[in-house]
Amino acid sequence: MAKAEVNADKSRWEEETLTPFLEKTKARKEKFITVSNEEIDCLYTSDDVESDIANDLGQPGEYPYTRGIHETMYRSRLWTMRQFAGFGTAEETNERFHYLLKHGQMGLSTAFDMPTLMGYDSDHPMSMGEVGVEGVAVDTLKDMETLFDGIKLDEVSTSFTINPSAPVIYAMYVALADQQGVPRDKIRGTIQNDMMKEFMAQKEWVTHPRPSVDLVVDTFEFGVKETPKFNVISISGYHIREAGATAVQELAFTLANGFAYVEAAVKRGLDVDDIAPQLSFFFNSHLSFFEEIGKFRAARRIWARMMKERYGAKNERSWKLRFHTQTAGVTLTEQQPMNNIVRVALQALAAVLGGTQSLHTNSYDEALALPTEEAVKIALRTQQIIAHESGVTDTVDPLGGSYFVEKMTNDVEAQTIDYIEQIDKMGEGSILEGVLNGIDEGFFQRELAKSAYEYQRQVEKHEQIIVGVNKHTEDDGQRIPTLKIHPDVEARQVERLSKVRAERDGAAVEKALADIKAATKRGENTMPYMVEAVKAYVSVGEIMDVFRKVHGEYREPSMV
Amino acid sequence: MAKVGLDGHDRGVKVVAQALRDSGMEVIYTGLHNTPDQAVTAALQEDVDVVGVSILSGAHMTLLPKIRKLMDEKGLTDVLLMAGGTIPEEDKDELRQQNIGGLFGPGTFTEDIVTYINNEVDKLRGAPA
Repeated sequence: MAKAEVNADKSRWEEETLTPFLEKTKARKEKFITVSNEEIDCLYTSDDVESDIANDLGQPGEYPYTRGIHETMYRSRLWTMRQFAGFGTAEETNERFHYLLKHGQMGLSTAFDMPTLMGYDSDHPMSMGEVGVEGVAVDTLKDMETLFDGIKLDEVSTSFTINPSAPVIYAMYVALADQQGVPRDKIRGTIQNDMMKEFMAQKEWVTHPRPSVDLVVDTFEFGVKETPKFNVISISGYHIREAGATAVQELAFTLANGFAYVEAAVKRGLDVDDIAPQLSFFFNSHLSFFEEIGKFRAARRIWARMMKERYGAKNERSWKLRFHTQTAGVTLTEQQPMNNIVRVALQALAAVLGGTQSLHTNSYDEALALPTEEAVKIALRTQQIIAHESGVTDTVDPLGGSYFVEKMTNDVEAQTIDYIEQIDKMGEGSILEGVLNGIDEGFFQRELAKSAYEYQRQVEKHEQIIVGVNKHTEDDGQRIPTLKIHPDVEARQVERLSKVRAERDGAAVEKALADIKAATKRGENTMPYMVEAVKAYVSVGEIMDVFRKVHGEYREPSMV
Repeated sequence: MAKVGLDGHDRGVKVVAQALRDSGMEVIYTGLHNTPDQAVTAALQEDVDVVGVSILSGAHMTLLPKIRKLMDEKGLTDVLLMAGGTIPEEDKDELRQQNIGGLFGPGTFTEDIVTYINNEVDKLRGAPA
């Protein structure tokens, strides 16, 4: 049927079939909304997808990559199943790494404890009670040596979820490769290293936004030259979403950050086609199944077009948005925790249908504590079932062409572009300045708090249903076994650190720290000096203190 | 209300602060990365009825008892200390014994928190609940 005929037929259907039906049978709800409060219609037809399908979709592996960045997607290679792990001391996490590799995991992913993430040593007063609790404690290269004991760095790819102190951990990984005799250009992995979203959402920082971004660009410059197979940043929407963002806000703020990093790199003198292929993204996969799929597809299209048209990238790899996905931690419920296995499966399926390059599935017990080994295994098996049993990996972009999915993709895209234009205006034609100004003024923080509050109100009014929370509830207080961190981790870690401090060459440490400080003051790239410093067993806290002293500590302006 | 330690998860604390305000309470949020000492000092200065602490970092067994101890030492024995976040059931038992209340997990309705605070504060003031 031609388009006009389809439209006419839809009108006829509404009149002859739908209206009489609705007179007899009311819809279950007055309004059907996504978790992001977007209204969903009863039916989508070709009428709803007015855009130029051929140009907007393209073919897989071709610009603008809506259907996927690879030609055959999962028919050639599955996504990387990458479960985040880390707790206690380096020995314990090293054991978990070996366990995961044995069970078929393909890449490692490291969770650090809060002190390491915030650039404090384990013996700092702010670290009390937090050492080894949320992740592994790493103070010096000694801990990294233990963490990767028995693992050759050219045989794995390792992801490090760390931000303000990411440059130090990166320097340690490079130093470890040097130690193992692995050439630097053979190491593969990712540091999260996305400071902009820290100021927006995750709230881990050491110094102010602008010098923090300078430090990120130091790692870009170093990475382009020294470790071309290592992703120096994972531009993350995950935390923005967890902090309360809608799907559109997650995508808009994350892509804006991506463009801002490109602008920062170009400002430093890097070529857009040198840096862009090293950028990777990290998204959340949330509850509203089709909206999420639309989000992933829209992400690729917006990135490709902006990189080509606005930033003049010529290399196809610069146009391809590669991303990691994690299922939404915030959707895990403490109530009836086994239900979380199903939530995770659906969110993981959305990520796969959206064309993700790697995936972390949450464990069902994570609303309560870090996951137990059993819970992690079920989460990993969930991915394996999707990959090998469901059949969704047999063809590229199986939902492409669905009126509803194309409409969701177009809608998310249009609203995302509106936000990006607003941010661009906030920076008077520079997205980098727009993002930094927005952070200073609390724009992003307010937008997220508003959405989070709105969602909570909808849950309490039963406009959003959460099984086990506001429907089909049971008596709570269900006890499931949770992971216990050995209470003496802190003491053991502090002891290790004192031992390293006693045994290292004090003069070399002083010199290394002085060199970093001098480079910072000269405005020179600090990365090579950090690599030297970690080799002298200078600690994470000692290095980050240099930046605290030179630029000042950051405190968030009060905005509630 | 306060976030103590290095934990940056502030979605919950902001939602709860807004909900308490909407219910007519006066709320002072001290922001991120407070030490227990800073949180208790703020409570003293502002002469509060309730100290609410949000922790999702797993450090609750160290930081919450420390805050209770500091509050008691500074004479805030009649001030309610309550917490919310990711806290396993068995830890809740131990914290309750140390006079730390609330212990609301993910999925809690803000109206339940409001009711809880009103009841507890009435009890502490000796008024009928």
